[in-house]
Amino acid sequence: MSTVARVLTDEMIEAIKAYIPRYPSKQAVTLPALHIVNDRLRYVPLQAIVEIAEILELAPAQVQDTLSFYGYFKQDKPHGEIRAWVCRSVSCALRGADELLEHMCHKAGLKPGETSANGKLTIEFGECLGACEMAPCILEGEELVADVTHEKADALLAKYK
Amino acid sequence: MAKFEPVLMANMHKADSHTLKVYEAGGGYRGLRKALKEMTPDQVTETVKASGLRGRGGAGFPTGLKWTFLPKNHPGPIYMCINADESEPGTFNNRYLMELDPHQVIEGIILSCYATKAVTAYLYIRVEYPLSRRRLQSAIDECYAAGLLGKNILGTSFSLDIFIHVGAAAYICGEETGLIESLEGKRAWPRIKPPFPAIEGVFRKPTVVNNIETAACVTQIIDRGADWFKTIGVPADPKNPRDPGSYGPKLYCLSGHVNKPGCYEAPLGITCRELINEYGEGIWKGRKGKAAIPGGISMGLLTEAEFDTPLDFAGPGKVGCLGLGTAAVVVMDETVNMVDFLHNSCRFFAHESCGQCTPCREGTHWSLTMLERIKAGKGRLKDLDLLLEIGDSIGIIPGTTICGLSDGAAWPIKNAIRKFRGDFEEYIKRTNPNGYMVTEPVPALLQLGAH
Ligand SMILES: Cc1cc2nc3c(=O)[nH]c(=O)nc-3n(C[C@H](O)[C@H](O)[C@H](O)COP(=O)(O)O)c2cc1C
Ligand code: SF4
Repeated sequence: MSTVARVLTDEMIEAIKAYIPRYPSKQAVTLPALHIVNDRLRYVPLQAIVEIAEILELAPAQVQDTLSFYGYFKQDKPHGEIRAWVCRSVSCALRGADELLEHMCHKAGLKPGETSANGKLTIEFGECLGACEMAPCILEGEELVADVTHEKADALLAKYK
Repeated sequence: MAKFEPVLMANMHKADSHTLKVYEAGGGYRGLRKALKEMTPDQVTETVKASGLRGRGGAGFPTGLKWTFLPKNHPGPIYMCINADESEPGTFNNRYLMELDPHQVIEGIILSCYATKAVTAYLYIRVEYPLSRRRLQSAIDECYAAGLLGKNILGTSFSLDIFIHVGAAAYICGEETGLIESLEGKRAWPRIKPPFPAIEGVFRKPTVVNNIETAACVTQIIDRGADWFKTIGVPADPKNPRDPGSYGPKLYCLSGHVNKPGCYEAPLGITCRELINEYGEGIWKGRKGKAAIPGGISMGLLTEAEFDTPLDFAGPGKVGCLGLGTAAVVVMDETVNMVDFLHNSCRFFAHESCGQCTPCREGTHWSLTMLERIKAGKGRLKDLDLLLEIGDSIGIIPGTTICGLSDGAAWPIKNAIRKFRGDFEEYIKRTNPNGYMVTEPVPALLQLGAH
């Protein structure tokens, strides 16, 4: 018997189960379940995989396999309160995105993918965010920041100091 | 050319354009009401077929024809997957539709499901589109409340559910069978075709995959008629019986080095130059153009001299590009070095290859490694031949891979080096004056910090 403490709350379990009637297979609830856990915990620890698998009647390895395919879900520790995705694809790159990402990482003392010491901000690079008319752009949590200058980027960083 | 009146974008400038109230005030759901009352599902399919509509997601397959590939008298269920993964670099027109006119999209989905007898539609949306997701969900909620979705739509025997399914930041989920695998809860490894989704798709049932803009076009075709749709765009080439033509309005995405980037609606067949000058107000900073991506990065490159290419389904292919793709035009001015462009492209595809096929997985990574080496001043002229060898050998077209991602990775390599070879040679000679002629294998890439 596992002695590891349960990580899925009753609320998460209910939220996951609510998706089951939408699909003819429980496995299809894998991504929704990963999002439900990730939205709340900001990561998906291994124990959550085991518990999701139990709800969806899958082997934990199946859930883990799917998770590991997508770069989106962190597993070792939670990402920051806000994830800032700095686009690095072509339209943004033509308007200074690589320099922008470098500037922000330098200023914050972080590498892409790392979280600030106070736990407030994770800086990531993103591939095309689909906002090329606002290049260079950043997706700050759920908010899109358009036409980001280095000054705007500094203001963004200052919010999470 | 008479000034073109936007159709797909006609509603978007209105306040609260995303709400049911505003959509209906502008004539929204008129086509659906008419279809459910007066048309059989087959008549809807026939109308879409007659319109000549071709899918807007990238491949340009005729939509009505795709629907007829579903098995006849199938006991069901049949599924509809709506592709809102929109991750092709340069592309954002689906976002406009979802944020600013979600009901136009939903009306098209309902009509498409009525025509194909699909009982459930899964709308697969990328996680990077939170506003689109919220707008769509509230539009769907409004539809359920108004009897436009759910059981017995508008009092008929037709019922339909639409569920939003959120992706997890992987470009390959836009490939239709990658999408299906992802929706099923697995890694998004594209499937070998056949069987095509129409025969065996999601949950092993017949499935149609259609793009968001395709759905919006269906709405307009049912409301205004197939003949209206055919008055717009480029007619089929009478000398080529296999050309289905390029009919209808198109949402072009314009970005990069133009004065006014944006999403613009124009008839299919506008030239790249017209788009840049008439909609984008020209190249920025008074500079000259050097190159443009004609339809998302996968489609390759137009040189400035090729800017008069019409952006219809047949146009970009005639000048060596892969196709029209997503009609996302990314403009580069004269200061851009093609080494930087190709590095960016290779980095994208190396990051997004799903890793299933060896030629794609290895080819995309080695091309990035070589571009990094070139950028680090260690390039050799020989690398250009090696890059072209990769470009010519990965993809569905040479027959070595399962899906089209690798054709999309190959085209920028082939076009950049073949159309702009001078840029590469000059860069390599300048940055590696003592080693550019070396042809022996490079012994230790890791020591160069190349990858
Ligand atoms: C690598 C790759 C990525 C794709 N991404 C998308 C996408 O994001 N959205 C989309 O609609 N189609 C995308 N497609 C095309 C789909 O496979 C499919 O053709 C399309 O969704 C069908 O819809 P349509 O007929 O309405 O265009 C992609 C194809 C490939 C090979
Ligand atoms: S071609 Fe590339 S992306 Fe497509 S299935 Fe093969 S490895 Fe995956």
